[in-house]
Amino acid sequence: MRIGVFVCHCGTNIAGTVDCAAVAAAAQQFPEVVLAVDTPYACSEPGQRAIIEAIEQKGLNGVVVASCTPRMHEATFRRTVERAGLNRYMFEMANIREHVSWVGRDKKLNTFKATDLVRIAVEKLRYNRPLTAKSFAVNKRVLVIGAGVAGIQAALDCADGGLETIVVERTSTVGGKMAKLDKTFPTVDCSVCVLGPKMVDLAQHRKIKLYAMSEIADLSGYVGNFEVSIRRKATYVDWNKCTGCGLCADKCPSRKAPDHFNELVGRTTAISIPFPQAIPKKASIDASSCLHFLKDRCGVCAKVCPVEAIDFEQQDEVVKESVGAVVVATGFDLLDIRRFGQYGGGRFPDVVTSLQYERMLSASGPTGGHLKCPSDGREPKSVVFISCVGSRDRSMDRAICSGFCCMYTAKQAILTKSHVPDCETHVFYMDIRAPGKGYDEFIRRAQEEYRTNYVRGRVSSVYPKNGRLAVRGADTLLGTQTEVMADLVVLAVGAGAAEGSRDLAEKLRISYDAYGFFMESHPKLKPVETNTAGVFLAGACQGPKDIPASVAMGSAAAGKVMALFSKERLESDPQVAQVNAVRCVGCLKCLRTCPFGAIQEVQARDGSTKAQVIESVCQGCGVCTVTCTDRAIELQHFTDNQLLAEVNYLCRSWMEKSPA
Amino acid sequence: MSVVDGKEPSVKELRIIGFLCNWCSYGGADTAGVSRFSQPTDLRIIRVPCSGRVTPLFVVKALMSGADGVLVSGCHPRDCHYSEGNLYARRRLEVLKRFLPTLGIEPERFEYIWVSASEGERWQTSVTAFTERIHALGPSPAVKVNRYDARLVAGGL
Amino acid sequence: MSAALAYYPGCSQTASAREYDLSTRACCQTLGVELNDVPDWTCCGSTPAHATDHALAAALAARNLAQAMDTGASNLATPCPSCLLALRTAQSRCENEGFKGRVEVLLGRPATLSIRTRSILQVLMEDLGLEALAEKAVRPLKGLRVASYYGCLMTRPVGLMAFEDPDNPTAMDRLFLALGAEAAPFALKTECCGAALGVPRKEAVLELSGRILAAAEESGANVLAVACPLCQMNLDLRREQIEGYTGQRSTLPVLYFTQLLGLALGLPEEALGLGLHNVGTRPVLDILRRTWASEDVG
Repeated sequence: MRIGVFVCHCGTNIAGTVDCAAVAAAAQQFPEVVLAVDTPYACSEPGQRAIIEAIEQKGLNGVVVASCTPRMHEATFRRTVERAGLNRYMFEMANIREHVSWVGRDKKLNTFKATDLVRIAVEKLRYNRPLTAKSFAVNKRVLVIGAGVAGIQAALDCADGGLETIVVERTSTVGGKMAKLDKTFPTVDCSVCVLGPKMVDLAQHRKIKLYAMSEIADLSGYVGNFEVSIRRKATYVDWNKCTGCGLCADKCPSRKAPDHFNELVGRTTAISIPFPQAIPKKASIDASSCLHFLKDRCGVCAKVCPVEAIDFEQQDEVVKESVGAVVVATGFDLLDIRRFGQYGGGRFPDVVTSLQYERMLSASGPTGGHLKCPSDGREPKSVVFISCVGSRDRSMDRAICSGFCCMYTAKQAILTKSHVPDCETHVFYMDIRAPGKGYDEFIRRAQEEYRTNYVRGRVSSVYPKNGRLAVRGADTLLGTQTEVMADLVVLAVGAGAAEGSRDLAEKLRISYDAYGFFMESHPKLKPVETNTAGVFLAGACQGPKDIPASVAMGSAAAGKVMALFSKERLESDPQVAQVNAVRCVGCLKCLRTCPFGAIQEVQARDGSTKAQVIESVCQGCGVCTVTCTDRAIELQHFTDNQLLAEVNYLCRSWMEKSPA
Repeated sequence: MSVVDGKEPSVKELRIIGFLCNWCSYGGADTAGVSRFSQPTDLRIIRVPCSGRVTPLFVVKALMSGADGVLVSGCHPRDCHYSEGNLYARRRLEVLKRFLPTLGIEPERFEYIWVSASEGERWQTSVTAFTERIHALGPSPAVKVNRYDARLVAGGL
Repeated sequence: MSAALAYYPGCSQTASAREYDLSTRACCQTLGVELNDVPDWTCCGSTPAHATDHALAAALAARNLAQAMDTGASNLATPCPSCLLALRTAQSRCENEGFKGRVEVLLGRPATLSIRTRSILQVLMEDLGLEALAEKAVRPLKGLRVASYYGCLMTRPVGLMAFEDPDNPTAMDRLFLALGAEAAPFALKTECCGAALGVPRKEAVLELSGRILAAAEESGANVLAVACPLCQMNLDLRREQIEGYTGQRSTLPVLYFTQLLGLALGLPEEALGLGLHNVGTRPVLDILRRTWASEDVG
């Protein structure tokens, strides 16, 4: 083999603490190395050209680049060697930046370590074999999970791009959190008026198929060819017949059902349509409140329904769809208000979450847009807003900033004044974070034009006093304690991952962070990709974000899907397991071990049982390789020989160096 | 002997081999690097796709051939890129750990841990603690026993 | 209640809070909880010690724990939350080997502090339980509307005390409900009474304790129950000072929860030290006597 080694300085990032020239000089002596040089920036255009020229001039058939982490530039250099006519798998990287120059202080030791890492890359490369990707057809349909504003945007962009789009929404209507908002910042325009037309477009688009009241039961397959099982939850109403007339809800005698759309402010009927603009505008029955299910009587809805749509016998149903890509847009949920006992959360009815307050402000809300205290219905004359409730709070392991609370708090303070002009508004804040376009100006308006009293400090307790609520806290600008009387306390409760998001992540095989938000592939350069090819993220499921950011990310995800689908066929990663049929004894332990069902049982010509890898399903984890007692199944590019070559060199070098 | 100007490195390093899964722990080590969390230099990292790819015999082979310590690191349980590879790793490596004394290897020379791609600080403390532990144990006695046993060193598994 | 309990009274219980000690002992005897005084016990260190030197403070507390452990006890109880905090702080700090070494030098003996330490309230709630307590109550507390005041230390620091919701504890409320009383919705359950600031900055105590009294009055309570000797002293002994400061008169009696429990258990008022208060406890007794007369008990 003729191996070339390129040791990158990365400016001073590596060269500052590693003697790159010495590493190259040492590499020159390694077996089968015909060329070893150091280079200022291997990934730059001249750096890559030098590699190509060296391959051509020196007849190299293997290349090692010692530079940054392969997670950064492995793909870059694989393309480089491919341009020079080498197989992309005849390339190895030694990570001498993240694992050496940036973490070790002693230049001599770093140089020593870097040389070792180059050497083990060479040792592995000597066992590398050219691998060729296979191609497979792409199913150009896309699944969008969650129909909040991010999911709606992603679905509409995909569908407008000509893709068949499946939208799965857990609740009975699309719209998500945005549909619950009264107004939006910083324009104070009506939220559902902006969103409503998009919801209608979603419902009417001929390329979009909507499953509301449905959840993902299972997802299998791989990029280009996913199989998804969708559980359609029983609504006890035949939606093919229901016209959304609302007669059933008018006549329903059970009026104590929890009103989830209104964030549990007020109650609704057991059969209901969540709000006037709901899409699809169909009724569904809450079995936990319905007299038919609880006491086996009533049935009024079935009697009054003009189209006989009520079906008490309806069951959950699982439907299957095939898609080539998935956009996850499952959004967020507010933390449970009962976790904030110090602010009276869950203890006093007049302490509400910001989202409950949105419903109280909304004209389509339970109070018809009239601001009323939940306890006794009086009009509030003083409203206190507490920001950073469960955000930036290390005492509850939540160091994160939810990002949008400062803005909506200012908006709610403004709206409070427009509902009740003589109402006092107070905001307790830690810092004001308003970095968006027109955002800081908006905060100023709340303070100056709408005379909101901003108090910089934390609240220590909220307690009942003389029939109202006393809010006690610190005013850190004045350096005093302060106590404000309130009729209503609004908690800007922090955003957490949506309920069930961890289960969903496991079904989709994507990762999530400490707060349960889904992890993007790279925090800067791959913000909508996940580590599972073909699964993309949009909106607040990746982390709290406001409406413009969610919409932008929805469009970005749609763009990624369309780029993926612009090819007729995709290439599969050839780093997959392969069975050596001569060694295989057909025990099929690998078949039982494989997490992906990528191994099947086949009959050899002599009738014996053998394992066979389904290459398009294999993800290349190598669990089977370890399971096989006969070394009959090997993960390509990470074979036992390749890994042992690295181990052997490291141990041998140690023994050679150690004193007798 | 060191390759640099013909001299031994200034501090006596021990030979520690790490098997890191590509998705979490290798990324965690990268994160530690990006954050400039300084670490002892003894460890040499071998990248594997998944901790489930680590054959226990790799560990045995390394320790019997003179490695002073072996560290395997994967994704946290339930957070595996390959959904359950690390659960296989956990079972295999736990059995291995209990089996090491039978082979005459001090079990403290081997450890398996979980570090996610975002846990740079955890990686730093894990590497530092493990390196300190190996230094406290000193060089592996396996070398003296096996140095001239060509079969063990050169032979396959 | 199985094994005997090492009992650490704490200094206050020998002086200003004698009635807390009396009623605790009386209740425990009636309930069959055997209390063995820690032999030759001394001050826990309280506030002044840890403000001066952490090791010295821990040594004072550790000495008492070690004495208790010498008797073979594995459980210790103290009525005073401040003592409990001092004992637990010593236990927690001595988990650090370096710190433990310093304490051992001061003590001249090993400082392995594995004994389980709890407050009397916690012991009664956990080892006996509400049902058993209610069963032993021969005289209901009907007619009383009790505001339960826990003070700052019963639930805090959260990690160290690990007792109930730090902002809304309910142990005493549940106890009095079980004993037939009403639990008043009292807002300032865990607010500070001003504690030892009574010496250097008296008006701070008067302000804070004044608020607590006002909130208790507002809740409609006819008795304020406490579990801390310093809280009781500020709210009871400083009553006239508070009245002078706030201009609000209040005759609300401040009783230890053990005194109320003792009344329910049928113990005589002298055994519970009900005559040792500054603010008269008569109104409480009057209400209960009326109840008991009409129900023909006691």
